[in-house]
Amino acid sequence: MDKVIIAKEISLSYSNNETIINKANISIDSGSFVFITGASGSGKSTLLKSFYGALRPHQGSLIVGGVELKKVSAKKLNFLRRHIGIVFQDYKLVKEWTIEKNIMLPLIINGYDKSVTKAQVDTLLKHVRLKHQLGKYPRELSGGEQQRVAMARALAHNPIMILADEPTGNLDDYSSQLIWNLLEGAHAQLKTTVIVVTHHIPASFNVDYKHFHIEYGSINAVN
Amino acid sequence: MRSIKNHLSLVIALLSILFSMQIFIIVDRSLEAYKENLVSNYSVIIVSQKRLIRDEILGINTIISDMKELEPNNVVERLNSGMDKKNIEFLKLTLPKFYKLSLAHYPTPREIERLTRDLMNNPLIVKVENFSHMHDITYKLLLLFKAVVSVFAISIFIVTSLLIFKELKIWQFKHTERMNIMGLFGAPVWLRSAVLFRLAIVDALISSGLAFGLFDYLSSNLFILEQFLNIGISVVIFNPIDDFILLLSVSLALSILLASLIVLGHKEEV
Repeated sequence: MDKVIIAKEISLSYSNNETIINKANISIDSGSFVFITGASGSGKSTLLKSFYGALRPHQGSLIVGGVELKKVSAKKLNFLRRHIGIVFQDYKLVKEWTIEKNIMLPLIINGYDKSVTKAQVDTLLKHVRLKHQLGKYPRELSGGEQQRVAMARALAHNPIMILADEPTGNLDDYSSQLIWNLLEGAHAQLKTTVIVVTHHIPASFNVDYKHFHIEYGSINAVN
Repeated sequence: MRSIKNHLSLVIALLSILFSMQIFIIVDRSLEAYKENLVSNYSVIIVSQKRLIRDEILGINTIISDMKELEPNNVVERLNSGMDKKNIEFLKLTLPKFYKLSLAHYPTPREIERLTRDLMNNPLIVKVENFSHMHDITYKLLLLFKAVVSVFAISIFIVTSLLIFKELKIWQFKHTERMNIMGLFGAPVWLRSAVLFRLAIVDALISSGLAFGLFDYLSSNLFILEQFLNIGISVVIFNPIDDFILLLSVSLALSILLASLIVLGHKEEV
């Protein structure tokens, strides 16, 4: 099976030089569903950031979607990111844009036609059950609704991979279930690789998944 | 409302810069017009024992634009009590020749000094009257006025620069988040900054449009025109083509510079 991510002996740290991930290895199959767990501060989000190039390894080799991220050009990184959908714990919606425009963002960046964009946004808003909120701004929505918008944005351009950083961390049960259903749906129907960083794997999760656990800076395969 | 607020702060800052710039231009034009006015009333008188050749005198110093001989009749009339016609004619011939020199522009004290020296080097010229004392007072007044206006313009420039700098910080804060989010989805730099540049250009157009309206109104305001007439000068307050192009260019350049500084200073959040 093709590997979408291959990390060999990578070390990650922020500017304060404290190494968060230390000479760790991980490889993820294309089309798989992956959970990465670990205690708070263990480096789960740091690892996820490295997958979309927000943090570069200072040691080792990290290849995502065939692109070596250790020394990647801005152009190549942008190209890679255009094929990834990211869901953040703090949503990262553009406050001054309506939810419709927020969902459109990856479609605009990827140069989709206006009519396709409009149709895709309509479909996604139905999926996340926010059709009635069209035209509203993020501040007018609850946390759960904002995360559903972020989820719709991540799915909009049919990415090859979805990276989700604690997507249900602060959500109510209804919104959490909706998010899991959407991630499962993207994985099952579009064969999208889904990588979720979370504290807890939901008990009712029905999809075959791979589980990695981070502890003391190293990544361990659980199953 | 939100959209107006987004534009207002930069528009006000840009407008105040354009306003101070145009005021400075008007003052500069007024000073130039006033200098022209002064030069037409200012002349140097030279005295010679023999008749002088116009072209030779004009060649002494480039500042001399014209030379006219002063008729001796006025002097003679004051002296003619009891003199017969023959003596008067003789007196006219023996009297020194007086010439009035017109100048190309209003001279600086140094130019007057140089001109006097150059003229005195001519062996035919016996006396040069440059009215330097009167000239010095007027010239110093002009310099003082220009200095006051320059201080005013510099103060406005400093204040508005601080306003622009503050605006830069606000813009940085406001746009960095959106630019970061767009970057996370792979938007190239030009696309991330497009909104910023569009906003900057729109604000530049609005502020130049407002400046155009304001100065177009002022240039036809009777009260203002009357003030210029009172000091005997006529000044173009606002040229709707040249001045507008200048205002628009400055406004566009400043706002694009502002947007570029934000884009260049932008660092991706980790």
